[in-house]
Amino acid sequence: MAIELLYFARVREAIGRSAETVSPPPEVTTVAGLIEWLAARGGGYAEAFEDRARVRAAIGDAFADPETPIAGAREIALFPPVTGG
Amino acid sequence: MSGDIRILVQAGDIDVGAELARLEARGGGAVASFTGIVRGGDGLAALELEHHPGLTEAMMTRIAEEAAGRWPLLGVTAIHRHGKLLPGERIVLAAAASPHRAAALEATHFLIDWLKTGAPFWKKEYFNDGSSRWVEARADDDEAAARWGARG
Repeated sequence: MAIELLYFARVREAIGRSAETVSPPPEVTTVAGLIEWLAARGGGYAEAFEDRARVRAAIGDAFADPETPIAGAREIALFPPVTGG
Repeated sequence: MSGDIRILVQAGDIDVGAELARLEARGGGAVASFTGIVRGGDGLAALELEHHPGLTEAMMTRIAEEAAGRWPLLGVTAIHRHGKLLPGERIVLAAAASPHRAAALEATHFLIDWLKTGAPFWKKEYFNDGSSRWVEARADDDEAAARWGARG
């Protein structure tokens, strides 16, 4: 299952890119699982997701919780807490 | 829901006069607005705003719809800029048209409080000494929004 990932702000800077397409293994079923899987890549990914409490996600145009299933998601954004307008 | 909702996230400047004229043309008795200006001081050289196209517009639309559901509005406008802005530049416009001044003023106050907290933007500050830092979420903005009750 290919998913387009979008990174913003500090997460984007740590990973060094703003978007990429990934294919997580079947055991990765939730937003939290996706973040764990990405963090295990090490390097900038580990840095970006070091503090899990400071990571937020959106699937498409809606915010998602850590427990939100990612099945069927085509675009998932990962970012720090928003700082408002 | 009442009123005509206009949401824009743009890099360019906000033509406040044209936007207010658009709301005046709705035929109500009152148009209220708030213009946010990038604050200088503390050595700030520039403010950069990053947004998530799609998510940001969707959340801003929800905030405007919430205002239109609470007050009898003829029109609601929320325009936010992204990209690098200098102190003194316009950053946000919130405005509402209504037959009644209290509704227009209260809806505008509600809109800007919620945009300050509920609109998904990330802000980076650039300083005159060459340093930069990401802005953290502010508790006092959350308190201002919480005064209005339900989530935007």
